[in-house]
Amino acid sequence: MSFPWANEYKPSHPAMQWLDEKLPLPRLVYNAVGAGYPVPRNLNYFWNFGILAGVCLALQLVTGIVLAMHYAPNALVAFDSTEHIMRDVNWGWMLRYAHANGASAFFVVVYIHIFRGFFYSSYKAPREMIWLLGVVIFLLMMATAFMGYVLPWGQMSFWGAKVITGLFGAIPLVGEPLQTWLLGGFAPDNAALNRFFSLHYLLPFVILGVVILHIWALHIPGSSNPTGVDVKTESDTVPFHPYYTAKDGFGLGVFLLIYCAVLFFGPNMLGHPDNYIPANPMSTPAHIVPEWYFWPFYAILRAFTVDILFIPAKLMGVLAMFGAILVWFFLPWLDRSPVRSGHYRPMFRKFFWFGLIPTMAVLFYCGGAPAEEPYVMLSQLASLYYFAHFLIILPIVSAIEKPEPLPFSITEAVLGKDEAAALEAPKA
Amino acid sequence: MSQDAGIGAPELEAGEGVRRRDFINIAAVATAGVGGVAVLVPLISQMAPSADVLAASSTEVDISAIEPGQAIKTIFRKQPVFIRNLTPAEIAEADKVDVGSLRDPQTLAERTKEGKGNILVTMGVCTHLGCVPLGAGEGEVKGEFGGYFCPCHGSHYDTAGRIRKGPAPKNLEVPEYAFNSDTVIKIG
Repeated sequence: MSFPWANEYKPSHPAMQWLDEKLPLPRLVYNAVGAGYPVPRNLNYFWNFGILAGVCLALQLVTGIVLAMHYAPNALVAFDSTEHIMRDVNWGWMLRYAHANGASAFFVVVYIHIFRGFFYSSYKAPREMIWLLGVVIFLLMMATAFMGYVLPWGQMSFWGAKVITGLFGAIPLVGEPLQTWLLGGFAPDNAALNRFFSLHYLLPFVILGVVILHIWALHIPGSSNPTGVDVKTESDTVPFHPYYTAKDGFGLGVFLLIYCAVLFFGPNMLGHPDNYIPANPMSTPAHIVPEWYFWPFYAILRAFTVDILFIPAKLMGVLAMFGAILVWFFLPWLDRSPVRSGHYRPMFRKFFWFGLIPTMAVLFYCGGAPAEEPYVMLSQLASLYYFAHFLIILPIVSAIEKPEPLPFSITEAVLGKDEAAALEAPKA
Repeated sequence: MSQDAGIGAPELEAGEGVRRRDFINIAAVATAGVGGVAVLVPLISQMAPSADVLAASSTEVDISAIEPGQAIKTIFRKQPVFIRNLTPAEIAEADKVDVGSLRDPQTLAERTKEGKGNILVTMGVCTHLGCVPLGAGEGEVKGEFGGYFCPCHGSHYDTAGRIRKGPAPKNLEVPEYAFNSDTVIKIG
């Protein structure tokens, strides 16, 4: 769907008219990210991060495909082939650093994209499906990133693989056979490395597919906006091109500056020195941690140290870690407030800035810290708040909160209560 | 569907609504379904451990050089195994624990072979998420209970390799093994 005032695709060149009749692909692009897609006129820079995530996916696909031309997924030579890329392959060092730091950049962008969704309640009707698909993309990203990190077959690769597949061992009855089946052995070895490579190559294309569904679902109600007020008239919107292609282009420039600064001046800043030691099944690194983007969830995993009723601590930790993301699937139905934007929700806003954000910061810090006090205790308190925020606080807040008055329209929010301005359409 | 299904069998069109064509449809789809499921068997089974991985499943170890208080690491199924020669003090410490108070109740005697109560053979794999605990090597941290300590998530094992503190649910696994002679054991 689109708004009735959306620009129509009218190719002037005969060749494009011919193509439009046979395969209207340019029309699809025009209506999706071109002048044919009317977008609220008041989007702020947080709305850049969807496009940026798409750019990151493209970056990972391109660098990944060329890295696969030089990498060998065999436990005997995987580490050496990674070093071969770093030392011998033309520009190999840059391609690998671009890919490794590209994963981090992807997660930074997606975390901001998700928290934009939390604050502006982008998950609310009629956009639930966009949100659900987004959570699926995030889960696929986590699986892909985990398997990618195993491929260099360093110490952190190996022990990361062992710990994460060990999570499945916590499942009652089927756990251990399942873990053995996933690894193709009793510990990570050649079989595991090979299948991780195969799936690491496959999943990004699955992500691409779900991203297309995500954008398709977005284009049915159209983009949300910082006021959370629905689009009413043409004056509430501007065409995506050139207005938001320009704004996203500027955002992309800033993003690339930061990304390149890390890539060229601190490419190992986010990595672990231990991963430059070849995998050794006989020796666990003293301080084993996942990549930074898993830290909040790793902290939740480690927060459970005692059995609860009949559920062993290990299983509780695993359930809580997966639950921490699965709870997002229920968000559209947990937050019942009809007001979308956090700007007009005084209680929600307080719990967001002074509850959820500090909690995530604590979990983030504790996930990267050693498994000792006070980090365990902090992780436990933060995990408790994390689940309480979504399962208890959000439903109660949305029931008792008195929202602040909303602007009548997007145009009014931008230009103030000016009757003449509200009726005047922006010149495209 | 109903239009062309009726051709050739108009007398069956009315009545209880079951036609010969329905039978053919159900039989064909069911056969294809069974065939489709059968194709999954090799696709799923190929991920299980292959024959060469399963074949590397027994190891013989000479334990004569392990002095009391010492331990060695060896490999079984590409995973570490700890073999520890317990001192009388360590045995006494393990025996004085109230078994009922343990998370995974077992006595030291149940975890060793009769007459070889000082030789403790366990997998060097933390039962939490599979890290290699410290404590078998010279100078490594042994944890609060003098046995093993897993640095990943802070599980402490006692001198009998039993879980005492931390997130691990079970004692360190004792693999299947036998004494071939006084000084040689066969694991697996």
